[in-house]
Amino acid sequence: MTERETERETGREKWNWDVGSRNVADLGKLRAAYTDVHELTVSADGERVAAPVVAEDGSFRVAVNGEVWETELEKAWHLKFTPDDRLTALVRVDDMWTVAVEGELWEQRYPFAWNTKFSADGRTIAVQIKAGMEYSLCINDKPWDRNFLSIRNYALSDDGRRAAALVQVVELVTADTETFAEGTWSVAVDSETWDEKFIGVWAPVISPDGEHVAVQTRTERFAYTIALDGAPWESRYGCVWEPGFRPRGEGLLAPVRTGASWSLAEDGEPLWKTPYVQLWYVRFSPAGERVAAVVATDFGRWTVAVDDRPWGCTFGDVVMAPVFSTDGKRVAAAVRHEGRWTVAVDGEPWSHWFDTVWDPVVGAGRGPVLAKVKNQGAYGLAVDGRVGAQRYEHLWDPTFSPDGDKVLIRGVQSGKYIRRVVLTEELG
Amino acid sequence: MAVADPGFDLALAKLTPERIEQVINSVLSQAVAERMKLFLKTCVHCGLCADACHTYLSRNRDPDFAPVAKVRDTLGVMLKKKGRVSPEFMKNAARVAFIECGGCRRCSMYCPFGIDIATMIMTIRRICSLLGMVPQFIQDTTNSHSATSNQMWVQPDDWIDTVMWQEEDAQLEVAGLRIPLDKEGAEVMYSVIAPEPKVMAQLIANIAVLMTVAKVDWTMPSADGWDNSNMAMFSGDLEIMGRIEREHWERALELRVGKMVMGECGHAYRGAVYDGPKWLGWQGPPLPMVHAVELYYDLLREGRIEITDKLTEPVTIQDPCNIVRGRGLHEKLRYVVHALCDNVVEMDPKFEHNYCCAAGGGIINCGAPWKMARLKSIKIKATQLKKTGASLCITPCHNCHHGVVDIIGHYHIDMRTSFLIELIVKQMKIPEGLGV
Repeated sequence: MTERETERETGREKWNWDVGSRNVADLGKLRAAYTDVHELTVSADGERVAAPVVAEDGSFRVAVNGEVWETELEKAWHLKFTPDDRLTALVRVDDMWTVAVEGELWEQRYPFAWNTKFSADGRTIAVQIKAGMEYSLCINDKPWDRNFLSIRNYALSDDGRRAAALVQVVELVTADTETFAEGTWSVAVDSETWDEKFIGVWAPVISPDGEHVAVQTRTERFAYTIALDGAPWESRYGCVWEPGFRPRGEGLLAPVRTGASWSLAEDGEPLWKTPYVQLWYVRFSPAGERVAAVVATDFGRWTVAVDDRPWGCTFGDVVMAPVFSTDGKRVAAAVRHEGRWTVAVDGEPWSHWFDTVWDPVVGAGRGPVLAKVKNQGAYGLAVDGRVGAQRYEHLWDPTFSPDGDKVLIRGVQSGKYIRRVVLTEELG
Repeated sequence: MAVADPGFDLALAKLTPERIEQVINSVLSQAVAERMKLFLKTCVHCGLCADACHTYLSRNRDPDFAPVAKVRDTLGVMLKKKGRVSPEFMKNAARVAFIECGGCRRCSMYCPFGIDIATMIMTIRRICSLLGMVPQFIQDTTNSHSATSNQMWVQPDDWIDTVMWQEEDAQLEVAGLRIPLDKEGAEVMYSVIAPEPKVMAQLIANIAVLMTVAKVDWTMPSADGWDNSNMAMFSGDLEIMGRIEREHWERALELRVGKMVMGECGHAYRGAVYDGPKWLGWQGPPLPMVHAVELYYDLLREGRIEITDKLTEPVTIQDPCNIVRGRGLHEKLRYVVHALCDNVVEMDPKFEHNYCCAAGGGIINCGAPWKMARLKSIKIKATQLKKTGASLCITPCHNCHHGVVDIIGHYHIDMRTSFLIELIVKQMKIPEGLGV
């Protein structure tokens, strides 16, 4: 489950699902009060809209529903709501960076802090930090007890107890290609590094139970594989893409390249039999019994394969990551063909095409598939391909109520941020 | 005197004839071998490719430097001997493929049969890369791409911090200026090459000034993928080439921008539009890709920026191979230059016939050991530049820019270079409401 999907799931039943529309904040007033209002961020439940705002003297504050945090900041950006609905921001004060949570700044300050991530329940907040000339992670205001030469990216476990980072463990002088080829990168799990060093490591993932860590590795200049808890699979490949654990943790899958073809492997053994020109964005149904991936069945012909069976239709430009319905029965994806975007559901593209389409939202059963779309600069909500009369200056992804009967729409109309709940059956 | 390059010399000590044979034959699989053989067989030795090659022309028409000789004496022998060549042979082939040809494709344009010599050279580079025989400095750049997704070992915080610093600097010139990071749904995602944040940060401020004045809805990504350069494409490491192009396009796709605009760089354009997508299975870029020259052209044509001061000094134009011979942007480039300059003196030849700068194709990235060889191979460009009498050479490509800087230094030409954006921000009108 992606971070985005997790956010949607968390605490949804507690949200206000009363049908109706409400003006939450008048953004025009905010814009009149400040020199600049930066990009907006909206909470998953739609109750709050936030943005960094800049005063005439150049100082920053964070505005939430029109009210500003008390703390004056030198800079604020990367506003994100945690899954448990706390607003975070990366902020600079006295030329040092830290994390602000609901206006309260962490005690730890650093020359730089970035790349905020959350656990699934939102209780754990982590950032990458620069400490002196070294790098580490700071989790819930507590830094790892070890710094590294570099950290490129990291992952948090769903429960927030574990963190895994791609770390440089061997120092390189300029143009030291020999040492580089011996392996200078590894993975640190909760600040402890694996014994193994690799030429390259990418895209760490942590198993749903938090017990295992997997990454793509480059073991030799032209040999790639997946490493699980520090141990590379025995098989070597021409290339690999990001691995993924099955939701119930009983298998690790990854796209692998053999010769000029891509296929899907599980625990180092072939899983899918079909050779593809490309295969990436592996996704699992919520229960884990079905696997979908974006594949190129021929050069420049893209589609989705579910359990190694590609859809009948292909698209020329791009197919984005597949999205399973909550019951795992349907699969949809945003697709682009001849310069126009739409959504394809179980292999059937919508009849309407748009300038841009975001990832679809697919509820359970035979309910509608929704997607935020953009045409001629205006946003709209597409329901099974049809866009209603409402147009928005900004729009965020729609969310189904837990029973699927209602949809939460979060958007900006006429300079006002609006929270709207509608009956699913009345959409479209 | 032989040039010492650890990338060659250390590899030489490790290579065995068996390994060489195995690698050559793995690359020259039957289909590829037949294509290469057909190219070589089709050649009628007319010599037109030689007269098209700046290396040959610059080195007193030494036949060893003719394109046909470069491939015949390297790939031709590998094919003929079915890969049974010596380590010393491979070292020489690597020198030819990495240093004596940048894949500018001028020779292919003049070949009456359209023989794609650059592709043959890149095939040799692929073989060399698999054998670990790559010039040290371009291999280091490729290593940087592998480890950091950018070509100059830029740390993730340094990238974001530099963008913010340039934003603050540029705000001193233009009120309300922003460099919005990670803005979903923006019209444009702008990408740069790593030397910009590393050593030429002012270029980021410059583009921010332009985007603000022209009211372009734009963004830059904060995460890896911001660097559009791709030296792995030239070092023969196609797996890293594909990986970083995927990351580059993923940033644009995640943000659902309308199009990607890249700064003034030629090879990056090639990587993002042709070589990268092809390796990944895309027919072309998954979203529209626009080179900076096209952006400037559009903004001028649409009246979104106004040039109020024009240069009067004699100015000439370097045509970057990858956006002119490869993309046909020479007319748009002229439109932009003429909007900025009153006294344009064209090089002879010009447009797609113009000579390469000899820095592209990864040659300049092979570093200091090969600088003199590179400059010796580009004497023709020095002569061409001198003849213009221009005091300024416009170079809308990073490789061209540094290549021409080296040429005018080495050959003592009284000339300086400039990117287009540097002239645009100095010579365009800052609307009253945006003045500081």
